[in-house]
Amino acid sequence: MNMENPKTYSRRSFLKSSALTSGGLMLSFTWLSGFRPADKMAELNLPEQWNQVTGYIQITSDNMIKIFCPNPEFGQNVMTSLPMIVAEELDIDWKNVVVEMSTHDNVKFGSQFTGGSNSVRMYWKPLREAGAAARQMLCQAAADTWGVPLAEVTTKAGILSHSSGKSAKYGEMASKAATIAVPKGMKLKDPKDFAVVRNSKKNVEGEKIVTGKPLFGLDYRVDGMLIAMIQHPPAFGLKLKSFDASQTLKMPGIKDVFTLKLYEDGFQQGGFDTRTFNDLLVIVGNTTWEVMNARKKLKVEWEQAGDVKDTLTGRGGKREVIIPGRLESSSNQLEMMQERAKQPSTVLRKDGDPETAFKNASQIIERTYNAPFLAHNCLEPINFFAHVTDEEALLAGPLQAPGWTEPTLSKLLNLPADKIEIQMTRMGGGFGRRAYGQYLYEAALISKKAKAPIKLMYTREDDMTYGIYRPMYTATYRAALDANKKLIGFHVIGGGIPENPVHANRFPAGAIDNYLAEGWEIPSNITIGAFRAPRSNFNAAAEQSFLDEVAEAMGKDPIALRLELLNRAKDNPVGKNNDYDAKRYIGVLELLREKSGWGKPENSGRKRGVAAYFCHASYAGHVVDMVMRDGQPYVEQVFSAVDCGVVVNPDAAINMVQGAVVDGIGNSLYGALTHKDGAPEQTNFHNYRIIRHNEAPKKIEVHFVENDIDPTGLGEPPFPPVFGAVANALYKTTGKRYYNQPFAVDMTKS
Amino acid sequence: MAKYNLKVNGKNHLIDVDPSTPMLWVLRDHLNLQGTKYGCGVAMCGACTVHLNGSAVRSCQLPVSAVGKQAITTIEGLSANATHPVQKAWIEHDVAQCGYCQAGQIMSATSLLKDNPHPSDEDIDGYMSGNICRCGTYLRIKEAIKTAAKASKTQPQKK
Ligand code: FES
Ligand code: FES
Repeated sequence: MNMENPKTYSRRSFLKSSALTSGGLMLSFTWLSGFRPADKMAELNLPEQWNQVTGYIQITSDNMIKIFCPNPEFGQNVMTSLPMIVAEELDIDWKNVVVEMSTHDNVKFGSQFTGGSNSVRMYWKPLREAGAAARQMLCQAAADTWGVPLAEVTTKAGILSHSSGKSAKYGEMASKAATIAVPKGMKLKDPKDFAVVRNSKKNVEGEKIVTGKPLFGLDYRVDGMLIAMIQHPPAFGLKLKSFDASQTLKMPGIKDVFTLKLYEDGFQQGGFDTRTFNDLLVIVGNTTWEVMNARKKLKVEWEQAGDVKDTLTGRGGKREVIIPGRLESSSNQLEMMQERAKQPSTVLRKDGDPETAFKNASQIIERTYNAPFLAHNCLEPINFFAHVTDEEALLAGPLQAPGWTEPTLSKLLNLPADKIEIQMTRMGGGFGRRAYGQYLYEAALISKKAKAPIKLMYTREDDMTYGIYRPMYTATYRAALDANKKLIGFHVIGGGIPENPVHANRFPAGAIDNYLAEGWEIPSNITIGAFRAPRSNFNAAAEQSFLDEVAEAMGKDPIALRLELLNRAKDNPVGKNNDYDAKRYIGVLELLREKSGWGKPENSGRKRGVAAYFCHASYAGHVVDMVMRDGQPYVEQVFSAVDCGVVVNPDAAINMVQGAVVDGIGNSLYGALTHKDGAPEQTNFHNYRIIRHNEAPKKIEVHFVENDIDPTGLGEPPFPPVFGAVANALYKTTGKRYYNQPFAVDMTKS
Repeated sequence: MAKYNLKVNGKNHLIDVDPSTPMLWVLRDHLNLQGTKYGCGVAMCGACTVHLNGSAVRSCQLPVSAVGKQAITTIEGLSANATHPVQKAWIEHDVAQCGYCQAGQIMSATSLLKDNPHPSDEDIDGYMSGNICRCGTYLRIKEAIKTAAKASKTQPQKK
């Protein structure tokens, strides 16, 4: 492959062509051209070079079209949907497309982040332009070869032709096309002419998955590879005091036991460099079972870590924070939150005069909602392969954000970035957990010290008790109604350990004249991070359940009240800084009302709850139909409506929404990680309840709002409103409101 | 350590491991058959499901010393190229999201269909509830099992 130095690519020319040494065309493209200035991701101050080349299309002379998928795959199906976008504009037969996962290279490929419901959204425009440019270059090559005007060359499914009868496969013209300058200002297809996009394509790795091919990080192995495990402190707030490995070292297959520091003192942590425990006790051996067994023979003494100082960089600038050393238990976590809620909070948004509105109210509705820590529990436990020498490092495994871990890795290993290669395997789930590269650093440091290729493995117990959790949240909502039952004031105050959940500029902000949003936080040593639709997954539960109660107090239908408020926000919004597009929100609710037959009498014995929410850049709503079955709430069927713009791969999109619904039902009813003296009380699937086959709905009917809006993302938006819809259906089913997640546990308490 | 002659996917393998080693790790670490997955190690997720003499077992709970001459089939042994009716049904319904649980789901489903060629929804729920799918593909798994059942030659039994 004859590649120019990608560093020379300028920021503006986002497309670059070159020849393949074996004959054919290679076109490289960037993705940051897909960013709009308002996009949150753009605030992350990505290094300059990340704006450069990020993906490749190759058209070989034997007519194979190879598309490199730059983003890691964790089940959101980007390995299929991203290439579909290229294929659309390139005008090729999907049969001839081969998709390959790129390796990680900050310089060549950019950040390659999977998460934030961003992949399709961010690549949509660059991939279309790349496809269109390649097509036009092929047309130009044909026009030059045949001596005919460019405008007369047409394409169909990978064949170039001219009215004179001349025709050629793309492959035949690919080498010549590589010598042609990349065109500018190509015309993209009108959405009504889409032939690949909007037509379901099967998962390109479907066959490999059902035949058990080694696709995942845990499957990655090389000759001579050792297995490493970390014995982490049993509780947050503890650290290693001393250990005796004499018994362990006598066990068969065990190579070494040693300690390591994750970060040196004063290390400046980037935004995604979490630190759960800094002193790592590591055991290395030949095989998984040997290491698992021998680890049990370690004699370890732990001691209280006390307060720890962290130096954080990244968003928010350089600052030092004190991580408190206390050992938390769930009961005092709740008390701490109740205490903290009484103290002054940070005002996040204020419209009108909420104080007066509440003073003049003839009725005030006030409710408090709580939700626990959640463990991601990706079915593939955390793991990573590392082979680090003094000269270079090779890492391979499941990772959502290779671009964010590489700079840290470079510092920790004292190696330049171009000596570090990160290969991205398919991920057995991500849900935000694998955006935090701590385990990759651990693997790298272990390999360096062990002087061997190693696979760091977390057991399920490690994965669950040594996590980066969804924070514990609380929020109190208040609504003021006047004598005519008109909503005249709205107040939300939210807090969490250690993060405040409130999205101050989301609905119903913008729809109510007098509005106040406040937040507070309690620092903690329990490590937290993104969990499928961070913060939204709690807010949607609380706010959407609260709106239901407000609607009831106002004597209104829940959908009618939401539409009324949204119409206000659309026609005459309060404030300027409203995150959402009320029109799209209304569209989703109207579609949902129609498709679910909302308001029509049903005799099935099922009770319905509804909720809709906006997050990231898309809109989703669900109607959940619930029954009591053997004394337990059971969601029997669900209707979903989603506006995520153009749906690239409809069947896969439906799968993703169905999965989000199942995930949401499971987490709202059963999900919880609790603590006792700093120790997580759930350690494996026997006491951390995950939704199972018999608890999943019999039917989940998914409908998309049809429009030509550029895709706005799908992995997360359908997830949060499930929680609210479940809460509301539960009220209708049992006659009682439940305010504490997980609801199935709350129900046993009253 | 002890020597075992195992029959896996129709081939014999001689290995020397500790007798307590679960088949899961024998398959993955010693025989380089990575299709069988580790999810929990305590019989709670089903990711490690294989067939022992044709019936589904959790390989994380099956010590190598208990296998003897019994035949083990893993996902790699179901068919060479995804031609087993259950695998075909899985592709038809495009079941997988991340895909990590699916080998275990497929091994459970094939075992279910062997015992009960035309399972009802309740039969499927009952049999498959030991297999977690964190991505929530349960509906498609059920549809795929029904499709595979239809493709099978056996006639539904009159109940
Ligand atoms: S790994 Fe065996 S059941 Fe989970
Ligand atoms: S497809 Fe991801 S766990 Fe089942």
